[in-house]
Amino acid sequence: MQLEYFLLVAAALFCIGIYGLVTSRNVIRVLMSIELMLNAVNLNLMAFSNYLDPVGINGQVFAVFVISIAAAEAAVGLAIVLSIYRNRDTVDMEQFNLLKW
Amino acid sequence: MTLAEGVQLVAFGILTAMTLGGALGVVLLDNIVYSAFLLGGVFTSMSGLYILLNAGFVAAAQVLVYVGAVSVLILFGIMLVNKEQPFIPMKQAWLGKAATGGVCVGLFALLTASTLNTPWAISTEVPTGEMATVAIGIHFFTDYLLPFELASMLLLIALIGAIVLARRELIPDVAPGEPASEALQLPERPRELVSSGSLPDTD
Repeated sequence: MQLEYFLLVAAALFCIGIYGLVTSRNVIRVLMSIELMLNAVNLNLMAFSNYLDPVGINGQVFAVFVISIAAAEAAVGLAIVLSIYRNRDTVDMEQFNLLKW
Repeated sequence: MTLAEGVQLVAFGILTAMTLGGALGVVLLDNIVYSAFLLGGVFTSMSGLYILLNAGFVAAAQVLVYVGAVSVLILFGIMLVNKEQPFIPMKQAWLGKAATGGVCVGLFALLTASTLNTPWAISTEVPTGEMATVAIGIHFFTDYLLPFELASMLLLIALIGAIVLARRELIPDVAPGEPASEALQLPERPRELVSSGSLPDTD
């Protein structure tokens, strides 16, 4: 098994996440794309931790922090989405012009 | 990892196909509920990839936190927000999608080139393997103690913040004869009264 395989998978996942982040019109799908990108970062950390630092495994420790930050982000993001939906009655990204200009 | 090389390669292929196919489904499918379930599948196959990388503890944490909590949270969000709403079509939407796709393919090509051209300093030491949990615990309580405590504080803050944001605000009933205050007439305030939906008398 090669380090490069895992890095390529993570790169592909990250690019898919960016595509979804930019083109989605549903707010929840945008949040899901962010989760995909965070997972790609985690996969990179794991691969580096296993192949370059197999005894210290600092990458795994860092990945645990990334997971906890991602959980907090999902909770706060969904709360914001819910609050905006209540006020604006839509989930379309194009209709949100709060904080725009 | 004591698996044979061929078994690892086949498992890697299957997990990669599941991950990337699921991710494409998350981004491209029209029905957002299917997207959410596919996202759970992506998280699960990612934890399989972590096991291939000798990271059992993080694989378990991934299953617990992502599959168990984040997916369910997103499904709850979809069910609370889901509105059958045809989005207003935008003119030349394909142009933006094509441009984004081009940028993403270019970024992937760049990352691929830099990955394949970098001479990685592959370590030859034996991986920690099943002792990883102990090693992570030692890290948490020695050199990563401050980030560990900060993460717990951050989770508490995020919990309280999410509750405050998602809480339903109720406007108190306006007493008769008293002019309604300015704040109650802003267009973006919720229009629910405390007395559970009963309209105020307008005689």
